[in-house]
Amino acid sequence: MPYEARQPSCHVHEMVPNHSRQLALENERMDECYFDNNLNPFCSFAEGFFYERKIYMISLKAVSKKFNTKQGQIVAVDGVNLDIKKGEIFGIIGYSGAGKSTLIRLLNGLEKPTGGKIIVNGQEITSISEAKFRQVRQKVSMIFQHFNLLWSRTVAENIAFPLEIAGVPKDKRADRVKELIELVGLEGRGDYYPSQLSGGQKQRVGIARALANRPEVLLCDEATSALDPETTDSILDLLVSINEKLGLTIVLITHEMQVIQKICNRVAVMEAGHVVEEGDVLEVFQNPKQPITKRFVSQVSEKGQAEQTMQRLVELYPNGKLIKLVFVGEQTEQPILSKLIKQFDLEVNIVQGNISHTKSGAFGTLILQLEGDSSAIEDAIHFIHEQKVLTEVISND
Amino acid sequence: MIDKIFPNVDWPKMWEAALETLYMTAVSTVLTFIIGLALGLLLFLTSPHQAWANKLANWLTGAFVNIFRSIPFIILIILLIPLTKFLVGTMRGPNAAFPALVIGAAPFYARMVLIGLREIDRGVLEAAKSMGAKTRTIIWKVLLPESLPALVSGITVTCISLVGYTAMAGIIGAGGLGTLAFLDGFQRGREDVTLAATILILILVFVVQWIGDIITTRIDKR
Repeated sequence: MPYEARQPSCHVHEMVPNHSRQLALENERMDECYFDNNLNPFCSFAEGFFYERKIYMISLKAVSKKFNTKQGQIVAVDGVNLDIKKGEIFGIIGYSGAGKSTLIRLLNGLEKPTGGKIIVNGQEITSISEAKFRQVRQKVSMIFQHFNLLWSRTVAENIAFPLEIAGVPKDKRADRVKELIELVGLEGRGDYYPSQLSGGQKQRVGIARALANRPEVLLCDEATSALDPETTDSILDLLVSINEKLGLTIVLITHEMQVIQKICNRVAVMEAGHVVEEGDVLEVFQNPKQPITKRFVSQVSEKGQAEQTMQRLVELYPNGKLIKLVFVGEQTEQPILSKLIKQFDLEVNIVQGNISHTKSGAFGTLILQLEGDSSAIEDAIHFIHEQKVLTEVISND
Repeated sequence: MIDKIFPNVDWPKMWEAALETLYMTAVSTVLTFIIGLALGLLLFLTSPHQAWANKLANWLTGAFVNIFRSIPFIILIILLIPLTKFLVGTMRGPNAAFPALVIGAAPFYARMVLIGLREIDRGVLEAAKSMGAKTRTIIWKVLLPESLPALVSGITVTCISLVGYTAMAGIIGAGGLGTLAFLDGFQRGREDVTLAATILILILVFVVQWIGDIITTRIDKR
C-alpha cells in the first residue's frame, strides 16, 4: 500500500516535517510486518497512530501560549509544531525572550498552552486531569539553570525527594539513591548539604534527582548556563552518557551553540515565539538558512568571519592555488593531508583551519595553499573530490 | 544582702508569679505558632500564582491579620473581655489571658511567616511541582522545611513580645510578674518589688532569645 494513498486518512502524518517524514517512512518500511496493510481496512489510521507512538516521544501541534499582562497580550509561543523522537537529544536554541523557556515549561505542564496540542509518549497532556497529569510528570523530569535544590536537605535527601513524592517505600528509596549518586559521580557526597557543593556538583544532584523516578524524558532548562566552560563540558558528557545508557530522550534549551554542537542530534531555532529552522545539527551547521541561525552557527565556527578574511587570504598568498576543504562528518578522521603530500609533488601549506566536533562527527573547514605544477594541482583537487570532501577553489592563479 | 536590696519582696510569691508568666508565655507561644503558621500559609498560598490563588480569601485573611495586628494590645484585651468570658468562663487567672494573647500575637507572627515563605526560591517550588508534588506535599516537604530558620527566629521574636503582653495582661488581673509589679510594686510604692519582677522578666527574655538563636543557627544549612 503506497504511502500517498493512506495519507489523507492519517492526519498525523501531515504535521510531520518533510525531513523526519522521510526518515520515518524508511523506518516504517523496515518493519513492514508491524501491520498487514492489505488485509486490515483500519490499518491506515491504526498504523499512523501506533507509528507515531513508536517514533515520537513528544509532539507539539500548533502550540501557542499567550500571556495577559498589564502592558497587553504577549505571545510567547506562536503556533509551534515539533516532533521529538524517542531517545534523541533535541536542542532548542534562541536568544532570551524567544519563547524557548515557555516552550520547555509547556512540556511538563508548568505552563498550560492557550492553543494546540501536546502529546507526550502517546498521551495528550493538554486535556487530562490534574491527578493523571502528576503521574505523567514523573516520567518527564526537569533540571534547571539554578539547580533548584532544597537547601534544607542533604544530597541524598534531595535525590530521595521525587521518590517520596512517588510513594516509594523507604528501604527502596535508599537503594535507588545510592545507585543514582554513583551514576552521577557523587560518591561520598551523600551527606553534604547543597551549600557545601560547587555549581557542577549541584547540577549533578539535580540530574540524579531528575532521574530518580526513571523518567522517559529529561528537560534541561539552560542547565549549563550558570556553569563555567569546563564544568559545562563535564555536565554535557554526563547527559550524553545518560542518554546512551538509559535511552532517555533529552530536550534542552540553551542560548549557547556550543552546547547544541556538542551533544544534540537535532536542533530547532526559535525566534519571537516561532521555530524558524529545524533539522539535524550537522545539516544546520553546514547550511544555516535563517539569519539568526547563521548568527548562532558563527558563534562556533566563525564562518562569517572566515568569509570576510577570505579576500585577505588571497592577497596574502598570491602564489599557487588556495582551496577550501569542507569536512562534514566522518571524513575528517581520514589522513587526507598526508596522502595528498605523499601522492602529489606539491607544496602544501595550511593557511587556515577550523574543525569542531559535533555529536555526529566533525565539522569544519581547512584552507590550503597548493603550489606546484598546474596539472599536479588539478590531479590533487580531483583526488580530494574522490575523498568526498567538499572542495572549493578560492583563487585561480 | 539580697534582703537589703529587696526588703519588701515576698520570694515564694515572686516565684509563683514567675511560673505563671512562664506558663502564659509558653502556652500562648505554642498556640500563636500554630495559628500564626496557619494564617501565614493561608496568606501565602492564596496570593497570586500560588496553589490556592484566590483574591477574596487573600484579602479577607490579610484584612483580619492587619486589623488585629494594628490594635494596641491593651485595648485588644478590653475589647476581647466578652469573648474571654465566653471561652474561659472567667476574667481572672492566667487562663483568662490566652484569647487576647493569641489573637494579638498570631497575626503578628503570620506576617513573619509570610515573609519567610516569600524568601523561598520560586524555582524550588517549581521543581517540586514539576516532580508531581501535591500541594500538601509542597507545604510539608518544601515550604515548612525551607523556611524553618525564618519560622524559628520569627517565633523567638513573637515569644519575646508575648512576655511583654503577659505583663500587660496583668493589668486586668491575669496574674504573673506583670500583676505583681503593678499591684504589689507600683500601687503600693514598693520599687524593689517592681525591680525584682523586671529582672526576672529580663532573664526570661534573654533565655528565650538565646535558645532561639541556637536553634536557628543549627537548622540553617544555607
